[in-house]
Amino acid sequence: MPIRKLSAQRLWLLAAYVAAAAVLFCAPLVLSDFRLNLLAKFLAYAIVALGLDLIWGYTGILSLGHGVFFGLGGYAMAMYLKMQASGGKLPDFMDWSGLTKLPWFWKPFEFLPFAIAAGILLPAILALILGYFTFRNRIRGVYFTILTQALVIITTTLFIGQQAYTGGTNGLTGYSKLFGYSLGSPETKRWLYWVTVAALIGAYLLCRVLVKSRFGKVLRAIRDGENRVRFIGYNPAIYQMVAFAFSAALAGLAGMLFVLHVGIISPSMMGIVPSIEMVLWVAIGGRGTLVGAVLGAVLLNYAKSTFSESYPNIWIVFMGALFVVVVVFLPKGAAGLFGQLKRLRRRRASNEGADGVRYPAV
Amino acid sequence: MKEQMESVILQCDDVTVDFDGFKAVQGMNLTLVKGELRFLIGPNGAGKTTMLDVICGKTKPAAGKVLFGKSGGIDITRRKEHQIAELGIGRKFQTPSIFASLTVHENFEIAMKQNRGVFAAMRAKLRKEDGERIAAQLEMVGLAEKSQWRAGGLSHGEKQWLEIGMMLLQEPEILLLDEPVAGMTDNETEKTGELLEEIRKTQSVIVVEHDMEFVRNFASFVTVMHEGKLLKEGSMEDVQRDDRVAEVYLGKRRDVDASRSTA
Amino acid sequence: MDVIILQLFNGISVSSILLLIALGLSITFGLMKVINMAHGELIMIGAYTAYVVQNLFADYMPASMFGWYFAIAIPVSFIVAFIFGLVLEMGLIRFLYGRPLDSLLATWGVGLMLQQLARSVFGAPNVGVKSPAWLDGGLTVGDNVFPYKRLFIIGLVLVCLFVMYLYIYRSHPGRRMRAVMQNREMAACLGISTRRVDAVTFAIGSGIAGIAGCALTLIGPIGPAIGTYYIVDAFMVVVLGGVGKLVGTVFGALGIGISNTLFEYWTTASLGKVLVFLCIVAFLQWKPSGFVAMRSRSLDN
Repeated sequence: MPIRKLSAQRLWLLAAYVAAAAVLFCAPLVLSDFRLNLLAKFLAYAIVALGLDLIWGYTGILSLGHGVFFGLGGYAMAMYLKMQASGGKLPDFMDWSGLTKLPWFWKPFEFLPFAIAAGILLPAILALILGYFTFRNRIRGVYFTILTQALVIITTTLFIGQQAYTGGTNGLTGYSKLFGYSLGSPETKRWLYWVTVAALIGAYLLCRVLVKSRFGKVLRAIRDGENRVRFIGYNPAIYQMVAFAFSAALAGLAGMLFVLHVGIISPSMMGIVPSIEMVLWVAIGGRGTLVGAVLGAVLLNYAKSTFSESYPNIWIVFMGALFVVVVVFLPKGAAGLFGQLKRLRRRRASNEGADGVRYPAV
Repeated sequence: MKEQMESVILQCDDVTVDFDGFKAVQGMNLTLVKGELRFLIGPNGAGKTTMLDVICGKTKPAAGKVLFGKSGGIDITRRKEHQIAELGIGRKFQTPSIFASLTVHENFEIAMKQNRGVFAAMRAKLRKEDGERIAAQLEMVGLAEKSQWRAGGLSHGEKQWLEIGMMLLQEPEILLLDEPVAGMTDNETEKTGELLEEIRKTQSVIVVEHDMEFVRNFASFVTVMHEGKLLKEGSMEDVQRDDRVAEVYLGKRRDVDASRSTA
Repeated sequence: MDVIILQLFNGISVSSILLLIALGLSITFGLMKVINMAHGELIMIGAYTAYVVQNLFADYMPASMFGWYFAIAIPVSFIVAFIFGLVLEMGLIRFLYGRPLDSLLATWGVGLMLQQLARSVFGAPNVGVKSPAWLDGGLTVGDNVFPYKRLFIIGLVLVCLFVMYLYIYRSHPGRRMRAVMQNREMAACLGISTRRVDAVTFAIGSGIAGIAGCALTLIGPIGPAIGTYYIVDAFMVVVLGGVGKLVGTVFGALGIGISNTLFEYWTTASLGKVLVFLCIVAFLQWKPSGFVAMRSRSLDN
């Protein structure tokens, strides 16, 4: 695959990116407030998909625990909003649970910079800790995946169980203001939408730089053969930890944006099903391609919001079937299908032996 | 034995490997001097590959020391694989193990000697001299035409060469090669032998090999292993004349040459 | 002291069910490197089978016979889950050999569909299964009462374990299975039909999950999502116990079941789960591939 020669193609690609960014920024001009809010939510999801793709598509590590990282980000932002809404008093749900004093760990969330930092760093630190105790001991593959799923279970039970501190099953909701602006007003929503678009573009560019760097090449090498990487002198555990933590941080960022758009975060949004749905976004779009992950997240959620309200049962069956079909027939997702068609055409044109790469079994 | 203590680069002392009660290597000693091309031979199950595994850190020995470096050196038996690799021991496995979804060029790029830290890798740029080194290496292993191919699409022989090239770019002080000419054509085998002669000018090499003709053509000093132990060490002529060597290879006294077909 | 004994008993009771569930998971993972997330739904199938058998007895049999429905329900659950497993293996799993992560995702999709199927057939709310009268009450030892139902489950699991032991280590099909597990290519060369071994093994694992589901009806009401409550714990058993050996699974199940119960008793349900998870991660620092590990010489394993 000659890369250097295709400067014309690269130019087209660049133009396409600029056009896509422009379309995203101009969307508020044509979309209704309701639709815009939905799109904003999907774009936040797309940030999760980017992070998940980095760890799964590029490094070959499947995490079913990204709901937790997403949720931690969401809770960090929600705690700030809740404190704002309570205006110096004890948040309502604490009152109901019989608390008389604000718990110590809630106090710093009064400050937005702290809340934002926590929403990104807490997931990253949790991922680093889990990664340290697993990757270092070469716990990987399904073992790691199952541990991440267990992480989801214990986190959700913990959040439900500690009702006085977390709001329990209901989660955190009932806040309406950010910097004194109403969260519900179309004006604020539009601004939040733009912030989300900017965050998505930033996350995309960052991921792209990482993936194209030598770091990204080592990640792919780890996916192909973790042990081989060791014998050329790299410590895969460190690379995996950093990739996992970065991926978790993106999920946290997305969680914060999500809360701003939706106005609620609860344990059910970080549970097993949402976590595995995130994986489906990436699988559909095509693991190992960043654009695929973004498109997968947006399109699948668009489909979900269109169908699931009128036919919730059919939607569940459809989602289940989608998993089977994508894994068995389209291991590289829609992006892979697209690439295959392109390659087929090129092969016909030049009749040259193209690279017969099979996606490695992970 | 060669008495050149000052140039000893690797010294294995009394290495024992225990696989759940099965002693794959028992009290093996091996000394390698700088610039040496050493062949490790022996019948199947003699513990040759296990010995390489111990040196590169893949297998931890139950007992014994592996000292690497000049003047006594440091014991590397408790080091992690990547640390040993970074110290300067490169390993080529029996089956070609390259990174299938990376291009040939990318395979070389990450194998190249460099700072292997995470943040260094994030910032790393392909400098001009790096590009030239990689280009030279591509030329040397005959993959210049295919530098942008995915490595997974290469033929078996090309993968072998790719891996050898990767190891050379690593610039290790010791290269451990496990059956490098397996599956190669006569022509390629010849080329590999010449390459080994070239490498030993600057680096030390241990080769595990079954192809006796190859060993005879290129070996000056040979170590024979049998049932996890050192059986005989010496020049190829000495080894060929040795009765015990002939015996373990054939079960009876005969020239070691004839073992080519059984190996 | 009595409380501890009772908690320990509960722990063993939980362990025994986990063991039944994890057996199939461990064997199929060891044999085919396939992770079956739909295993939880096979439990659900077993549970609903027991429910159906109970209803049939109530409708068509004299009332005096009702108590014996459970004796019929156990083998029927096994058979129904066995058939579902066989179909699943032949229709999907066989395409996913050696791709544990892919198989995990695909079977999760299957599980989702099966849950929805159960919801449309039996309705979303939980249904209760009336346990037979002969299992009411309990065995009184000193001040402790051990419910017969739980004792019965433990006994049932011991019987299953014994039969599995005989099958794996003392029978011809079991020997073939172990041969395939250790070296698939070599076994195939020796004339063993690996396809058949895989399919039958997978189906047996599924059938045992069905029995587990049947046993669960004694403990509480059942619903379409009943499997999801147990599946992750069952996977933790596999992670803790290692893959492909009975003794590892037994150890893992006892470890998870008992520590779960005790920690939840000493702290709260939610904190208990956190502590168990931390213990598992700590244990893996010591033995990263679980209690028993199969060794391999290949580079990427």
